[in-house]
Amino acid sequence: MDNITGAELIRACSAIGAGLAVIAGIGPGIGQGIAAGHAASAVGRNPGAKSDITSTMLLGQAVAETTGLYGLLVAILLMFVQPLK
Amino acid sequence: MQGTILLSSSSDIDIMVHGLFSYKLFGHTFWITTTHVCLLIVILVLTGFSIAANRAMKHASEVPSGFQNVVELIVEMLDKMVHGVMGKSGDKFVNYIGTVFIFILISNLSGLFGLRPPTADYGVTLPLALLSFILIHFNQFKYQTPKEIWTDMCSPLPPWLPIWFPINVISELAVPISLSLRLFANILSGTIIMALIYSLLSKIAYFWPGALHAYFDVFSGCIQTYVFCMLTMTYISNAIGEEN
Repeated sequence: MDNITGAELIRACSAIGAGLAVIAGIGPGIGQGIAAGHAASAVGRNPGAKSDITSTMLLGQAVAETTGLYGLLVAILLMFVQPLK
Repeated sequence: MQGTILLSSSSDIDIMVHGLFSYKLFGHTFWITTTHVCLLIVILVLTGFSIAANRAMKHASEVPSGFQNVVELIVEMLDKMVHGVMGKSGDKFVNYIGTVFIFILISNLSGLFGLRPPTADYGVTLPLALLSFILIHFNQFKYQTPKEIWTDMCSPLPPWLPIWFPINVISELAVPISLSLRLFANILSGTIIMALIYSLLSKIAYFWPGALHAYFDVFSGCIQTYVFCMLTMTYISNAIGEEN
């Protein structure tokens, strides 16, 4: 354990931090699932409005996805750009 | 050039933008990167398509056939999409939205042909989002009176109590950032996953990555193109207001 340099420690901690950062994907996953479920029940009630419901659902899901993508960006920066080394 | 532009043929993990050659301008060093080259290829393809479409429509016949059918299909689809969201004011924006739609779509799909998608570079998506931002606020100042804008910016509270004003300014400034980061991060994540599969599993990656290409390049690329244009149109028609 004595021969770990500081740079190696920072790389290892960056990898752990990247793994922790993508936990942010849980929230958008739940949100998109709720949106898709409600869209499915809306299509069940009113099958004629299927295209409108689908486009609204995709738009809402894309906006809900943004916070998860911020977590993903933090993970990518930690893994590949390594700003802390 | 084989290893720098072509993504799928490289042996080690290659997801970054590479500089091909540099030049000096005003004491700074600028790089011509793979993004520039891929962007140039996309623009050349689109220019060739536009010239061919223009030629086809010059000799347009009453009953469309062949290439004329394809061009009319694309134009009708874009017209329907823009008018469905923006209503009457869609006439003025269908050219811009259609151009941006086709450009982002071909950029996202270029990952299928072994290029690094140009939209996986933040330097491409940020200008697109800034153009949207400028359009939103230009139209807001064109179609609304300053009093309406002030009431809008203090919106949950009455206009004589502007406590909410800084929060609303921040949320307006977040629009171009979230627009550009959404497109960028989606395409970049697809690029990274494809690069990981092709480089780490290169011994067994023969046919099945086609399914992943269908998801990450075709499905995700089309959805993100649609979302970018849809959000731009929604923000612009909000800025124009109801009375038009």
